[in-house]
Amino acid sequence: MLQLTPQLIIFFSVAALAIASALGMLFSRNTVYAALLLVLNFTTVALIYFMIGAPFIGLAQITIYAGAIMVLFLFVIMLLGTEVIAKHGPVGFQHIAAAFIGLVVIAEAIFVFLIKGQSALSIIPGGNVVDVMEIGDLLYNQYLLPFEITSFILLVAVIGAILLTKQERVKSRIGKDEAKK
Amino acid sequence: MGIETASIIEWVIKAAAILVFCTAGFAYVTLYERKVLARMQVRWGPNRAGPRGLLQPVADGIKLIFKEELIPVKADKVIFILAPVMTVIPALIITGVVPWGPVIHLFGRDIPLQLADINLAVLYIMSISSISVYGITLGGWSSNNKYAMLGGLRSTAQMISYELALALALVGPIMIAGSMSLNKIVEAQANSVPFILLQPLAAVIYMIAVIAEVNRSPFDMPEAEQELTAGYHTEYSGMKFALFFMAEYIKMIAVSTIGATVFLGGYLGPFVFDLPWLGPIYLIGKVAILLYGFIWIRATLPRIRYDRLMALGWKVLFPLALLNVILTGFGIVLFGGK
Repeated sequence: MLQLTPQLIIFFSVAALAIASALGMLFSRNTVYAALLLVLNFTTVALIYFMIGAPFIGLAQITIYAGAIMVLFLFVIMLLGTEVIAKHGPVGFQHIAAAFIGLVVIAEAIFVFLIKGQSALSIIPGGNVVDVMEIGDLLYNQYLLPFEITSFILLVAVIGAILLTKQERVKSRIGKDEAKK
Repeated sequence: MGIETASIIEWVIKAAAILVFCTAGFAYVTLYERKVLARMQVRWGPNRAGPRGLLQPVADGIKLIFKEELIPVKADKVIFILAPVMTVIPALIITGVVPWGPVIHLFGRDIPLQLADINLAVLYIMSISSISVYGITLGGWSSNNKYAMLGGLRSTAQMISYELALALALVGPIMIAGSMSLNKIVEAQANSVPFILLQPLAAVIYMIAVIAEVNRSPFDMPEAEQELTAGYHTEYSGMKFALFFMAEYIKMIAVSTIGATVFLGGYLGPFVFDLPWLGPIYLIGKVAILLYGFIWIRATLPRIRYDRLMALGWKVLFPLALLNVILTGFGIVLFGGK
């Protein structure tokens, strides 16, 4: 049986907060509140990463997701002035797609649990803290190719974003070239 | 496991000391700024409250407490009240990883003069500073005022842009020290020279980027008073305004402390390992020098235009910071680092 150690109490309160903020995000009709609840959710998940001895992932999660990406989400919400979602908004097929993806994730979790059994659930508080050096070593030696491919995909995305904002100029230049011919 | 009661008391005292230092520091940095600005403009500055105006911050505080607090009718009340709090808290906790001095012996215990010596201190600083954007953005949005909104949006864009250069500027010292722990970075400087000599480019980029990050002149775009009345805090009054004000000055202290630790050798100074109590004094001295720099820049330079600010961040500071990382890498390979 589980013993109620301080670690478990902290884990369950953080987990409850994570689930509550996720639900709040889903059911909030105000997009600014939804975005903020998602930030809270990312932060609580980062706390869980700290507890399982992965402080680098936790801090990266806060810096990148809670700090950078969600700020941009808020930025877009505020610029477009779409703070309140209509009661029956035009989401349509997204409901079905979301439910499907959710089910896939839950099925995956159950699958992992069935294969690995109890060990998949074990949380080692404070044990085996992963060092940054090890992560860097793995990324630049064993996983160099996936790492480079990821950075290449990001580079393509950046170029795509630049092209989207420069569309006008590119079109006019193409027009000029054709006119020359 | 079981944590000793003595350790818990030690942590609580250290945390309280940091909070008291930050808030008292805030009060006196405002006076320091007004005095220095006044002297640069050939004035006396505040000199009525107390001897040489030393009680001026107290008088200002009392004034702000008794001011009426207004909340605009159409404001989003919850976020309007939360925004100042969300701005102050990151500013207060960011210095938790900075070492104040070497280990001291007190009551038969070895006490490091540092709240938390975490391995990822620099990354922690970056995460907290990336979180600190929210208070200003939301303060601007929830006021339901177009000037406040514009100020909030400007600050979001500005802070996100300068964070990149800021983070990359800190990578150089991390590479030389071989660790993200601020303690290790200071120790590495004890064995060689302060990193400002090895990383002059990174130090300059860091100083420019943090001025933008704490929204100080000449990058005080979010609160440009001619264009935006007062930017994101247009609608705030009384203590809520005071909290925004406080956050700006505490952030100034925090980034100066971090800058002093990473580039100026932190608590290091003559005889610091024989007399550990000198550590905090040296650190405060270095912080005061950097704060003087902030105030000097404010007194000297006019505000730059918004598009120029973004161009400076993305087209000058960011590539330079990347270049600095590459050069540092070459340097470490060629000269064996450390």
